[in-house]
Amino acid sequence: MLSFILRRLAQAVLVLLVVGMGAFSLFQYVGDPVSNMLGQDATLAQRERLRDELGLDKPAPVQFAHFVGNALVGDFGVSLRQGREVSALIAERLPATLELSVVAAALAVALGIPLGVYAALRRRHWDAKLTMAVSLLGVSLPTFLIGIVLIEVFSVLLGWFPSFGRGATVQLGAWTTGLLTTDGWRHVALPAFTLAVYQLALVMRLVRAEMLEALRSDYVKFARARGLPDRVVNFGHALRNTLVPVLTISGLQLGSLIAFSVITETVFAWPGMGSLFIQAVQFPDVPVMAAYLCLIALVFVLINLAVDLLYAVVDPRLRVHAIAGEARR
Amino acid sequence: MRQRTPSTDAVVAATPAAARPVARWLRGDLWFDFTQSPLAVLAAFVALLCVGGALFAPWLAPHDPFDLATLDLADSHLPPAWLADGRAAYPLGTDDQGRDILSALLYGTRISLMVGLGAVTLSVLVGVTTGLVAGFVGGAVDAVLMRTCDVMLSFPPILIALLVDGVGRLLFPHARDLLAFAVLIFALSVTDCVRYARTVRGSTLVERHKEYVQAARLVGISRGRLLRRHVLPNVLGPVLVLATIQLGQAIVAEATLSFLGVGVPPTNPSLGTLIRIGNDFLYAGEWWITVFPGVALVLIAMSVNLLGDWLRDALNPRLR
Amino acid sequence: MSGPLLDVRDLGVEFPTRHGMLRALDGVSFDIAAGEILGLVGESGAGKSLTGAAIIGLLEPPGRVCRGQVLLEGQRIDDLPREAMRRLRGRRIGAIFQDPLTSLDPLYTVGHQLVETLRAHLPLGAAQARERAVELLRQTGVPAPAARFGQYPHELSGGLRQRVVIALALAAEPALVIADEPTTALDVAVQAQILRLLREVTQARGAAVMLITHDMGVVAETCDRVAVMYAGRVVEIGPVDEVIRRPAHPYTAGLMASVPSLHDARGRLAQIKGALPRLGEIPSGCAFHPRCPKASPRCSDERPELALVQRTRAACWWPIAESPVAP
Repeated sequence: MLSFILRRLAQAVLVLLVVGMGAFSLFQYVGDPVSNMLGQDATLAQRERLRDELGLDKPAPVQFAHFVGNALVGDFGVSLRQGREVSALIAERLPATLELSVVAAALAVALGIPLGVYAALRRRHWDAKLTMAVSLLGVSLPTFLIGIVLIEVFSVLLGWFPSFGRGATVQLGAWTTGLLTTDGWRHVALPAFTLAVYQLALVMRLVRAEMLEALRSDYVKFARARGLPDRVVNFGHALRNTLVPVLTISGLQLGSLIAFSVITETVFAWPGMGSLFIQAVQFPDVPVMAAYLCLIALVFVLINLAVDLLYAVVDPRLRVHAIAGEARR
Repeated sequence: MRQRTPSTDAVVAATPAAARPVARWLRGDLWFDFTQSPLAVLAAFVALLCVGGALFAPWLAPHDPFDLATLDLADSHLPPAWLADGRAAYPLGTDDQGRDILSALLYGTRISLMVGLGAVTLSVLVGVTTGLVAGFVGGAVDAVLMRTCDVMLSFPPILIALLVDGVGRLLFPHARDLLAFAVLIFALSVTDCVRYARTVRGSTLVERHKEYVQAARLVGISRGRLLRRHVLPNVLGPVLVLATIQLGQAIVAEATLSFLGVGVPPTNPSLGTLIRIGNDFLYAGEWWITVFPGVALVLIAMSVNLLGDWLRDALNPRLR
Repeated sequence: MSGPLLDVRDLGVEFPTRHGMLRALDGVSFDIAAGEILGLVGESGAGKSLTGAAIIGLLEPPGRVCRGQVLLEGQRIDDLPREAMRRLRGRRIGAIFQDPLTSLDPLYTVGHQLVETLRAHLPLGAAQARERAVELLRQTGVPAPAARFGQYPHELSGGLRQRVVIALALAAEPALVIADEPTTALDVAVQAQILRLLREVTQARGAAVMLITHDMGVVAETCDRVAVMYAGRVVEIGPVDEVIRRPAHPYTAGLMASVPSLHDARGRLAQIKGALPRLGEIPSGCAFHPRCPKASPRCSDERPELALVQRTRAACWWPIAESPVAP
């Protein structure tokens, strides 16, 4: 088990380094690195001093090491557009994005799994087919369109939910949360649902497909041949086998939720990292882009690692192989 | 190729010539399944309608929305023809610049489809080749390619598209239309290349170990020919499914990028751009500028996705 | 008991496809007495597995039973409602399938799967069920049964897994066990052990076995009677010795002749010319007539019924009634 974890950690570090190199190239070679660090308003003297410090005439690996060093302490320079430190900007906006993503993920899984199971078990009924058709709609509709429609219906016409911002937030140390106030929940409702739609449809379709596969498997056939009741066969055997790949893929999807939040945040004027990133791309604001890239890579790598570990915990076959692998040493 | 399950064992085993070329088998069976599925037929019909409209836009559109000379500000903000204040000359209304929505719709669909198809073509070409090479050559080449793919696959496509697009604009700040389109298409195709490479490589690995490949090698057929004439047809099934799904996703992704202002250049508005423009006027009650492009986008995306879905089920014998 | 344990009468199974309705089983009739082992042989695609699936009510849609009856201990079971059929499975008819690895759920221990089967049919408490399960494992020759109880399927070898599968099939003490190619996925050395085990445990319980296989060797070793299937029909049925030594149907004779023997002089391997007919193109009359060396016009016009020839029953207009075929 330990060697498995170590191997995955090593892979993770490798990925981070590769992404780091990409961000570094962005930072140093596209646009002016000195401006990136100091902002547009630096004086000539400051620029010269930084140029020496950065050692821009030193070989690339040295500069890269410098970049990584800075990155590890969270120093990505100054935003070209806003003139503030990138790290401060990100720290400000991180909680908003994370909360939005988590609420959306919870929605997607809580609704998606039962719907998918239903669609698989009652495969030939019209309501299951309708559910699948609706899920196709969910996958085909662009997120921004869903957001616009939801705003139009629930905000403008019905007035049930607000259409922008986070609402009343509570400060908990370094974290601002909107989940402790009713107003915060009212504000997060529409964006979270918009964000969740695609994931929900995906989870539903995935669960249905995996469940159908499981229901066709030999062990289900044998379970039926043994006269086990339908409930045990469908939920104890088929569903349990289905959940293993579904949960891992859902875990991976959490990362893509964070990515899709870019669109949702823009539509709902949600003050998160996503809207920050879009503004950076539009401007273009290189330090922010580079920082966002590194941060996202870190998040993804962590999620992948967690999911791999989860898989090993849930599937006994992997557990034993890992242990057996060690025993042989 | 069909896999055997106990219940269809009898049926399948009874069909002669198990080495029947996949293409012929696919075409015969596929067409039957297609005509049996009303949803697939409907989806194909809608898709064809949209494609036809886009293709023949220059002839079908009553006005040329890009010719600034023909725009008349006096004609702006007109509602669709069937409402009061509407005019028959502008069946779906006009936007704030006096552009006819119907024409803009047709041309916009054209652009959306072009970008989508471009992205898919690029992905397929690069991805399938990479996958074939990786699967067939194996060894270090395979390992490196697949590790790269792993890394890229864990990033969501929209982010990569945004990044590539952003970098592209940085590198070519004054890009003219063609270059801007090229950057966009490239951005949209990057992640999907990887997906094809993965799938094709998997299939190639499986095929490579089959007897017919080994036999062919013994006889002295060159690797290239082997790949092209023998392995490739057998791995194309999943590629076809992926391509259809990717087309739907590419169209939506392009619309998203354009909506966010980082997609197609504003001189050639796609459906996403139109929606963005219309969004500003939504609250003023001028719904037609957003709604019609929105509906068109949904129709195309849905019909393409439905077809891809149907194709995937049809090519998977076990889901029947 | 007066009648046979299992009585299959004129069973027909069809599949609706784009070629029209395909008749996969066309009038299959045979019976099995209590405690007897009947072999069901034929080439791949002859309909053997389908027969087993139809009897136990696990035909996969769109396949369905279109005619005939299946009687278990004198009562019809082919028209039972779902829940009644479910209760019957495992309790009165058990089943074993080909691949023991995929037959067991990889996420549950062997013991768990045994206990759930036991408690689904018998009123047992958890501790009682556990005891019973360990005992079953011991009876099917699993070494250290108490330890194996807590192991997962992938931790066992192929032979052990099949023993577990047999234990599972016998858990609720069924009167009939349908074994569909139980040894095909196993090593040759293990095959003999498993067959012996199957014979022993079923004899000990007085249970009957329907052994589906394409391997005549397995049939010769293990079965009391054998039914030969061709193109969805039974073409010959009788005691194992008789069918093997004195086959009355030309197809059976062809099968026996094509089994190579160590004593044969070197030469071409005997084979039956032609191939199994496509389901959509089953010949009229006797399905075997295009490949039969003794075919006559009557064979393509009228379909023969099973009729007694010497000591076996064969469906043929020109059965072989000669001296025994050399072993």
